[in-house]
Amino acid sequence: MSARVFIPCDSSALSVGADAAARAIAQEAEKRGLAVEIVRTGSRGLFWLEPMIEVETAKGRLAYGPVSAGDAAALFDAGFLQGGAHPKALGAPEEIPFLKNQQRLIFARCGVTDPLSLADYRAHGGLAGLEKAIALGPKGTIEEVLASGLRGRGGAGFPTGIKWRTVAGEPAGQKYIVCNADEGDSGTFADRMLMEGDPFTLIEGMAIAGIACGADKGFVYIRSEYPHAFRMFEQAILKARAGGVLGAAVLGSPHSFDLEARLGAGAYICGEETSLLESLEGKRGQVRAKPPLPAIEGLFGKPTAINNVLSFASAPWILAHGAKAYAEFGMGRSRGTQPFQLAGNVKRGGLIELAFGVTIRRLVEEFGGGTHSGRPLRTVQVGGPLGAYFPDRLLDTPLDYEAMLEVKGMLGHGGIVVFDDSVDLARQARFAMEFCAIESCGKCTPCRIGSTRGVETLDKITAGVERDKNLAVLDDLCQLLTDGSLCALGGLTPIPVLSALTHFREDFHRPAQKATS
Amino acid sequence: MKTPAAAGRDAFDETGALAIIAAHAGLEGAALPVLHALQEAFGFIDKRNIPLIAAALNISKAEVHGVISFYHDFRGARPGRHVLKLCRAEACQSMGSESLAAHLAAAHGCAPGDTSADGALTIDNVYCLGNCALSPAALFDGEPVGRLDAARIDALVARSRGLAS
Repeated sequence: MSARVFIPCDSSALSVGADAAARAIAQEAEKRGLAVEIVRTGSRGLFWLEPMIEVETAKGRLAYGPVSAGDAAALFDAGFLQGGAHPKALGAPEEIPFLKNQQRLIFARCGVTDPLSLADYRAHGGLAGLEKAIALGPKGTIEEVLASGLRGRGGAGFPTGIKWRTVAGEPAGQKYIVCNADEGDSGTFADRMLMEGDPFTLIEGMAIAGIACGADKGFVYIRSEYPHAFRMFEQAILKARAGGVLGAAVLGSPHSFDLEARLGAGAYICGEETSLLESLEGKRGQVRAKPPLPAIEGLFGKPTAINNVLSFASAPWILAHGAKAYAEFGMGRSRGTQPFQLAGNVKRGGLIELAFGVTIRRLVEEFGGGTHSGRPLRTVQVGGPLGAYFPDRLLDTPLDYEAMLEVKGMLGHGGIVVFDDSVDLARQARFAMEFCAIESCGKCTPCRIGSTRGVETLDKITAGVERDKNLAVLDDLCQLLTDGSLCALGGLTPIPVLSALTHFREDFHRPAQKATS
Repeated sequence: MKTPAAAGRDAFDETGALAIIAAHAGLEGAALPVLHALQEAFGFIDKRNIPLIAAALNISKAEVHGVISFYHDFRGARPGRHVLKLCRAEACQSMGSESLAAHLAAAHGCAPGDTSADGALTIDNVYCLGNCALSPAALFDGEPVGRLDAARIDALVARSRGLAS
């Protein structure tokens, strides 16, 4: 019997040599005449340990990492196929505190199974949610999602069940399910990990939404910066079709549902739902005024349920285990779990799925182990480029939608980026405005012009030109962007700027620097 | 590398382009799939495609131009033989990506947004590759590279110039 070795093909793992490690292990096995079956999986999300490989032993799966191609011979010498001792041995992956202390619902299979094996998926609890949805019917499925308290994981936090009910309530006819996989926020990678590591979960979630809303066609809009995720997801669609999960009779039911993956083209704004719909229609990704809501007039003018990857991916668990079980996780009005993503200058970065309500500090310190550089932490940015920069004293804030708003931040897509004390917050504030200028769709004036004026004003401030007057201008500009922008890009760009000004004022009062060109 | 002969660089393969356009024109909202396929095949979107796309999708040439120019991905000119997409977003900034960008310009004469004079390497700015726990990150000819530092950058530049790395 051949030994089984699990090696991630997640693009983060690939970025630090997972393919080379896999090749080296295969070659070494051949050289020694050992039968080794290499199974490519997603990542467990313990990225500082990547490439983290696992072997199936009598004691269960055991992990080694980070494994480079150069380690292959020594691993075989140490008898790693039987779990032999080696400096890179990590023991059972589930016992590594970073993983052990999580509550993995959505990501339970990621890094464990072969992402393209439907049999593996089913063996690990997959498709139970879809079967339940078929049994419950559209109305019962929506009731279940409503009762779970699931809110949109893209950042806006709108109740998913209400959105689905609205689409379902529209007159029968062509309706669409659209997945927003344009995960553009820096510091986020959960959507990518899931599409690469457990794509059937997203497919199952979208099929559930299709049944609930009475839609037979879905699109997944994946950003072009994720070429591996796109390829993996396209293959998963083919497998799902071949396995009867997609097609004219979903799992043999009378429901028809099929999916198409589409590639974005490098525009951050297409993560905004109406802009994404325009892009899917083949147009410039410019935002639409709301109303009408996409649930009423969405893709090609038809009722459309558009949700984030993680919102759809939560549905299978909710249906399989019941709304009540799901709602037992979380705090306040934020129910269930959120896959948080810890990134940037942090010792142990990765994916941490936990119930809402965990504090930023626990993630950064207990899970993350502090900064990667070893220097003191100065700030963390929560929620992507439109999220706030928090100082140390706000790190005890719990991560839930409402608590984040109270401290003038937002949860966004759950990304947390750590900075050490070498960061210059005036520069980060400038970058926020610059990013808005680069990525503005140009439809509304506050965002299109205001962002460029913001960059200029910040340059004057750091250059020491009439500082107090220009700080007043900046404040005014931020107010205008907040009140007058059509969508969240212009509307939320002031959050990082104002948080930097509020919490790190000293960075704006340094001796005059030459304006950044 | 499929480097076209110098004389053929300006040639426009209209038959090839039409075949690609026709293969995707039937999709709902076909513009982006058509443009991606053209760029995949030819490395950039030659202006001479615009009337062909407009005719196939029954939209105006202005609309086609509008779509091409809106998205950062679509190129109007042939890129270098290799492409490095360097992440410039916050997580990578926190790990020193800005000094890597400066290093590329100073040590290799190729700033982000430019193509090197020898045509070997184009450097694109991108904002997040979803590899934020292993920052600084890049894509080199579509392959992910994590934990970038000056030495890894130097090796990638050497590789793109056909030198041993």
